[in-house]
Amino acid sequence: MLGNEAFARGAWEAGVRVVSSYPGTPSTEVTENAAKYDEIHVEWAPNEKVGVEVAMGASLGGVRSLSCMKHVGLNVASDSFYTAAYTGVNGGMVVLVADDNGCHSSQNEQDSRFHGRSAGVPVLEPADSQECKDFIKLAYDISEKYDTLVLIRSNTRVSHSRGIVELGERTEREIIPYEKNFRKYVAMPAMARKLHVAQEERLARIAEDSCEWDINDVQMGGDTSIGIIASGICYEYAKDALPDVSFLKLGIVNPLPKKLILDFASQVDKLYVIEEGQPFIEEQIRAWGVPVKGGKDMFTIQGEYSARMIREAFGEDVPEEGIDTSDAPGRPPLLCAGCPHKGLFYVLSKLKTTVMGDIGCYTLAALPPTEAMDSTLCMGASIGMAHGFEKATGSKENTVAVLGDSTFIHSGITGLINMSYNGSKGTVIILDNRITGMTGHQQNPASGKNAKGEPAPAIDLKTLCEACGVKHVVEIDPFEVQDLEKIVKEETARDELSVIITKRPCAMIVKQPDIPNVITDRCKNCRMCMKIGCPAIEIRDGRPFIVSGRCVGCGLCARVCPFDAIESTAKAGEGK
Amino acid sequence: MNTNILIVGVGGQGTLLASVLLGNLALENGYDVKLSEVHGMSQRGGSVVTHVKISDGKVGAPLIEEGEADIILAFEKLEAYRWLPYLKKDGALYVNTQQILPMPVIMGQAENPADLDRVLQENTGSLKAFDAMKIAEECGSSKAVNIVLLGAASKDLPFSDESWMKVIGENVKPKFVEMNRFAFTKGQQA
Ligand SMILES: Cc1ncc(C[n+]2csc(CCOP(=O)(O)OP(=O)(O)O)c2C)c(N)n1
Ligand code: SF4
Repeated sequence: MLGNEAFARGAWEAGVRVVSSYPGTPSTEVTENAAKYDEIHVEWAPNEKVGVEVAMGASLGGVRSLSCMKHVGLNVASDSFYTAAYTGVNGGMVVLVADDNGCHSSQNEQDSRFHGRSAGVPVLEPADSQECKDFIKLAYDISEKYDTLVLIRSNTRVSHSRGIVELGERTEREIIPYEKNFRKYVAMPAMARKLHVAQEERLARIAEDSCEWDINDVQMGGDTSIGIIASGICYEYAKDALPDVSFLKLGIVNPLPKKLILDFASQVDKLYVIEEGQPFIEEQIRAWGVPVKGGKDMFTIQGEYSARMIREAFGEDVPEEGIDTSDAPGRPPLLCAGCPHKGLFYVLSKLKTTVMGDIGCYTLAALPPTEAMDSTLCMGASIGMAHGFEKATGSKENTVAVLGDSTFIHSGITGLINMSYNGSKGTVIILDNRITGMTGHQQNPASGKNAKGEPAPAIDLKTLCEACGVKHVVEIDPFEVQDLEKIVKEETARDELSVIITKRPCAMIVKQPDIPNVITDRCKNCRMCMKIGCPAIEIRDGRPFIVSGRCVGCGLCARVCPFDAIESTAKAGEGK
Repeated sequence: MNTNILIVGVGGQGTLLASVLLGNLALENGYDVKLSEVHGMSQRGGSVVTHVKISDGKVGAPLIEEGEADIILAFEKLEAYRWLPYLKKDGALYVNTQQILPMPVIMGQAENPADLDRVLQENTGSLKAFDAMKIAEECGSSKAVNIVLLGAASKDLPFSDESWMKVIGENVKPKFVEMNRFAFTKGQQA
């Protein structure tokens, strides 16, 4: 079972009734799998903050609830998260966050344990699929017993590895009646001060009680000269590397089970802390005055660890390195054949427009051959940045903000309201491909379906933009490249705020013609077709060539060819 | 017994199904198994790798490291080369000879290493390079490349033919089962 599938299974077994999440690699499959259980109401929220608030409301309503996100999602949700950490819960509530050490599919490597600590929330860290299931179940018991939110921290390797998992049955739980209690649930200053005290008390209790929990595992090896403290996936690497030494495998990383750690430290000669990312555990242990022989002085803060790296650090033998293949050319990802975004970026690249970009499949347009993106910061940032850029330079000329439909609804809309309110004359382009593409095609409020695939009201983006005070909103098919070029020129020249919505569904969600195109002898080798960055077009014998097995027949290349040299094999067949 | 299999290719080539089949086979035959997959951005045509670790004891970390793979299944030649350091000195490489040029090469900003075939030959315990794509197409679908490669590699794996056929039957859409079983047999003969 995939780690993420195991989380969903554990939530189901624990009797969870409400899940509200926003997609983000590597967390997405938890919610997708939860949606398969009839007993759970599962929804895609427009962003992580709303997701946590829905889960909090469900907790108040007396049921067990869950909200999942990727690490950066917790930044968006942190406002609700930090204060829900004060109020505590009614039904058990878990926030599951998946970090991405090594930046496999993220813009940074931030370490969610710090959010847990600074919010004052217990943090559990599973190491494999079985633990994903077991820990989330335990998290609900902790949540209800101590009246606290619980954070589960996963990461790419835990969420996206499969292992064998023993299944259990679901335990249905009575709804815990909601009782009005404004001293607990209304976090205004007078209450908050008291809630903060209560929070500190429960964290102290957890720090003490957790010394007895069996998710913390003391393994005194034959060798007690070396003692290693590790948690999550790092434990697996360290155990593979040094099977005979002594281990303290932590299942809870906030608050730290101090007594247990001190005991362990006293039984080994040299204490090491092996943790990817920041020295979260190490610094706390050092602050207690316990000598740590090796931590971040031996291991990096960046990227992922491996058993090999740990063996090397401890002077053990490692398999000999084979040949060096680092001269292999990179293979950056590309927009799919038939991707609707290609039409727009072909035009923006041609017009040399300054593009304040955003996060989604379309971020790939920053790479050659289009290179049509100047900035990408975080979800929704394109609009605010385009506005700031305009205010700084005093000009909006040939500058646009570009973002996807899901991203616009996530956090772009507030930026647009700001532009409207603060007198921007800029142009925003929304790529409406009817889906949340990058994270593997989840529904969103503009797509017309909900997380369970049932029909749902689709927000009309045009009306929404108009309601924000934008007078000029144009919709266009991005494959109509000539018209699109004209519109981009017009709108970026206009002395008023405008929005262009490019409408064409993601090539992965609608059936493509699947009749490949061919390049005929009218080709003059101008290579215009290479500028769209299609994975189906290569150079063979010095000329563009369409690889039939990869071409989906979308016809965009035929539209940009100035010599009309590309045609469908269906048509070519007819001609003969 | 420990068997480490690395499956490498280009996003969208069906590497994930291959690893899921291996995972289920291991489970079916009473082994412990862990797989590690790539989701997200690189699935859009980037370089992808899936780790499969099978053991009659217990598998710890899910990742295979340099010099630890018994078998590499490569869906593409350049990817076979990229991941070659992961193969044991006497390891077996099964490679589909079809090439998919990466964008930097297409754009003329980088070059594929010269003499790929010779390098692959010299740095593997055993090498089986063949046009699995062609065989898959002959069987009825270019998508069956993964099954053809698995067929070829099956002789190095401790699973019976019945077990393979059963797991194929359980993991592909009913209307493609026969085609995939045929592709598996063709792979074995390749
Ligand atoms: C705060 C935050 N949450 C989630 C993500 C993960 N994520 C990256 S892009 C994206 C959505 C992309 O959808 P859309 O804007 O519709 O563009 P598309 O990929 O469909 O082109 C998501 C959810 C993230 N990077 N940051
Ligand atoms: S998944 Fe859809 S939106 Fe993303 S690159 Fe492919 S076609 Fe484009």
